[in-house]
Amino acid sequence: MPDVTFTVDGKKLTAPAGTLLIDACRKAGIEIPAFCYYPGLSLQAACRMCVVRQEKVPKLQTACTTQVGEGQVFVTESAEIAQARKATIELLLGNHPLDCPVCDAGGECELQDMTFKYGAGESLYVEAKQHREEQKWSPAVYFDRPRCILCYRCVRMCGEGMDVWALGIQSRGASATIAPNGGDHLDCEQCGMCIDACPVGALTSDTYRYKTRPWEMNHVATVCTHCGDGCKVTLGIRQADNGTDIVRADNRDKSGINGDFLCAKGRFGFDFVESPDRLTKPLIRNAAGTLEPATWEQAIRHVASKLKEVRAAGRAIGVIGSNTTTNEENYLLQKFARTVLGTNNIDHVRSTDYPGFAAAMAGHDHRAASLRDTQTAKAILLIGGNPTEEHPLLAWNLRTNFRLNQARLYIATDSPIKLERQALMSLQLPVSLESGGYESLSDFLGGDDNALDFGAMDDVIESRPTQTDTVPTELTHAKTFREAVLAEDSLIVIFGEEFRGAAIQKLVAWGLGKENVKFAYLGDYVNSRGAADMGLLPDLLPGYVPVSEPGAFGEEYANLSKQPGLDAVQMLDAAGRGELGALYVVGADPIASYGVDPAAFENTFVIVQDIFLTETAALADVVLPSASLYEKTGTVTNSYGDVQLVKKAADKAGVKTDFEILVRVAGGMGIDIKKLVPFGTTGKGGVTADMGQSRGAQSGEADRHAVWLTANNLEPRLSPFDPLAVLDEIQRLLPAYQLDRLNLFGGNDVPSQPGFVPVSDLLAQAAHQDVVLPAHDGLFTSGTLGAHTVALTEIRQYQHSVSDAVVAETAAD
Amino acid sequence: MSTESLSIFSPQLAARFDALVEKYPLRRSALIPMLLYAQDEIGYLSDAVMEEVAERIGITTLDVRNVASYYSMLRFKPVGKYNVQVCTNISCMLRGAYDIFEHLQDRLGIGHKGVTADGVFSLEEVECIGVCCWAPALQVNYDFHDDLTNEKVDDVLASYRAKARSEQAEGGSAHA
Ligand code: SF4
Ligand code: SF4
Ligand code: SF4
Ligand code: FES
Ligand code: FES
Repeated sequence: MPDVTFTVDGKKLTAPAGTLLIDACRKAGIEIPAFCYYPGLSLQAACRMCVVRQEKVPKLQTACTTQVGEGQVFVTESAEIAQARKATIELLLGNHPLDCPVCDAGGECELQDMTFKYGAGESLYVEAKQHREEQKWSPAVYFDRPRCILCYRCVRMCGEGMDVWALGIQSRGASATIAPNGGDHLDCEQCGMCIDACPVGALTSDTYRYKTRPWEMNHVATVCTHCGDGCKVTLGIRQADNGTDIVRADNRDKSGINGDFLCAKGRFGFDFVESPDRLTKPLIRNAAGTLEPATWEQAIRHVASKLKEVRAAGRAIGVIGSNTTTNEENYLLQKFARTVLGTNNIDHVRSTDYPGFAAAMAGHDHRAASLRDTQTAKAILLIGGNPTEEHPLLAWNLRTNFRLNQARLYIATDSPIKLERQALMSLQLPVSLESGGYESLSDFLGGDDNALDFGAMDDVIESRPTQTDTVPTELTHAKTFREAVLAEDSLIVIFGEEFRGAAIQKLVAWGLGKENVKFAYLGDYVNSRGAADMGLLPDLLPGYVPVSEPGAFGEEYANLSKQPGLDAVQMLDAAGRGELGALYVVGADPIASYGVDPAAFENTFVIVQDIFLTETAALADVVLPSASLYEKTGTVTNSYGDVQLVKKAADKAGVKTDFEILVRVAGGMGIDIKKLVPFGTTGKGGVTADMGQSRGAQSGEADRHAVWLTANNLEPRLSPFDPLAVLDEIQRLLPAYQLDRLNLFGGNDVPSQPGFVPVSDLLAQAAHQDVVLPAHDGLFTSGTLGAHTVALTEIRQYQHSVSDAVVAETAAD
Repeated sequence: MSTESLSIFSPQLAARFDALVEKYPLRRSALIPMLLYAQDEIGYLSDAVMEEVAERIGITTLDVRNVASYYSMLRFKPVGKYNVQVCTNISCMLRGAYDIFEHLQDRLGIGHKGVTADGVFSLEEVECIGVCCWAPALQVNYDFHDDLTNEKVDDVLASYRAKARSEQAEGGSAHA
């Protein structure tokens, strides 16, 4: 649209023709009050708060529906307008309970703000108030009818935004009311988006109702600890006896990668931090064979001396890291394993095959899609998976992109998924997850008409009369689908664990053959991607550098072996054979994940760092209580390679971050910590001394880290417990992690570049054995964390009862 | 939709609905007439009625409820066989509608929105029914009775009572 110029309050503004006046004003810093208008949702024009005076138009106009045009003149504040807005508020307050002192929204309420601004404290209306009791619609959502100002935001948010359509409006006039789809309860996705959108305190959440006031909390913006999308979430924190309480999670300033969005896990799934099951004291197995509380000093000393002992005896040590710890912790863990324990036996419970993805993308910059791209891309091909359940933010982005930009979504899955409602075309693939047959789609896309075996769908398509009759129809449809996909000028291809190793290679190779194709490969947990990127892998160093050709790491890491180590499964096998001297597990539960017989660990000294007493921790020799992601600082990388800052929000007495524990254990083993964490002035005097010019930076004598810090205008970190010291090192050594720090520390997502992987890596990958163990967590589950979150457990049970009721009903029909 | 066998409506009405949903550019435009016809046949908008209407149009039951609850002439509870709607709007009121309404309450022993124990009559006070020139007026189902006096009201009631009785007898003999 061409730009037009118009005047608002005497100021000349320019905006594309057709822009809504309210948007144009907001952009120019002119605030127009609005209750019903919500950016991105359909227009309602129900509240009349946004009225403005337009020159030559007889009546006040609603700014939320007025499109700007050339030469128009508007006035947004005047006595007349203030009077109109005041009258609107008076009407709204006519049946408002004015229970602000106890209302959750008090202090953050748009109605309260407007009443203060336009002063409708006294009213001409003396009608009796229609009171209704508060209603519990689900374990997540409560409704307070009298506070509702009927702005319809919740109705549109749930319908248009979530595509759930669980809220409606019933009756009319003064008795109109928002109503849930179940009559008196909600049968929905329990995302809480309606609560977030509500400008007043009519919709409230179970986790936050009547707990505190907004000004009594500290608000810390960090990253949700659950799925691989990595939403920015703001935690509301209050002091408590044993540290702090997280009272609320929301996306307060909507400034994150997730914009308006949070799912049930991000919004309600934080109470695991105060679960009574949480570990708060180190535990050491005593002579009688039971785990007994100990002090941190005892536990660290015990771990350090045992590790030294096993190392000295030349026995193998295995290390298994986590999908939910920070990049810095993961990096430190592998560095600790490789340089202190002297082993490449390091892995994590892989939920997806990121090494395979990195290998496929190697050498191709700017071919990785960030999560933000999914909200603006013109065309998207989604293969496999079910984002609505497993990647809620991705699903939100795809829906939004479809709704606002008419994005063309192509879906190819083996069973129907909800997102097909937004898809231009969908293709049901003749594969089952077990057969791993998704690979054939790459061949089909590449032009092999026989690649898809629709005969395999016999059991799926019951009504098929004869084979010859219908196979062509399905094939024709598949071909149309392929043509449409191929005809796109640009495309994002999104896929997940259905593709591993060579299958990723094939699909990516197909896409790389076309221009403007980008890829996103989905993992399960908040830092699944980071775990792989940071080298929690037996054969690959951080940045997927092969241990056999370590490059710069060869110089950086003392004692680095070029021999690939054991993967997680092999470590557990080795333990079973009595060949593993020690197993160090951080934030993982390999025994539960791989279903190992606990007896296998009889001859292994097992150390577990975790938040909860997992199955693995229960048989450990030492258990070290660690901090959750909400209690530490660092960075995490989401499925799409977007790096975000995690900020310490809460505190828990007794626990330590995994970072600090590792540093202390290394210290206990007598290691020079400066070699592990570059803090203070490192090496031979650091910045002040040898800058390397005289003998060349590669001579091995210059302090490379100090040189790098100086070159980047950074100060040395002062504490060995500062994870950002390790972030410096990551950034120095990993070409893929050249992060825009200003943005990162400003709380924005910054992309990493997986394309910057040495191409030499490709061959080293081929012989990989498949150890991927997808988690497939849904909307209300999240591995160990989900099991210990009361809010999510309640929602899970509720969802069961609601769907059971539906089943029973249908059965009775 | 081809679920006649499962439909809670008569085959005639089901067929009418099949045609109706195809008649408009948007299927949901058929919603209000469907609700009205369904109410005429079933007597009120039961949950089952709203569910089937929703399914026939392809919208949620919540959508149906949202629309239905807006209109005061759509009801969610059963009424009597003969629903007596008394207008008390301005013209009728000036010509004694409230006396008529009170008289009806006495005679039937029920109040506004009440249903007699035998289920024959229900009573309702309504807004203008469009026969102001012969006020006061009332409507029994779709029949009008105007220029009312208490005596005339008694006759009207008696005629419907008789009708109910004979229909019941007929129904009884048909079954015998
Ligand atoms: S919680 Fe989410 S899905 Fe449920 S009603 Fe609110 S917006 Fe809709
Ligand atoms: S519940 Fe809240 S969001 Fe929904 S209509 Fe009422 S005031 Fe608006
Ligand atoms: S679980 Fe995933 S989608 Fe949900 S809030 Fe957390 S990061 Fe976002
Ligand atoms: S914001 Fe414009 S009418 Fe509500
Ligand atoms: S006022 Fe009673 S019919 Fe019009």
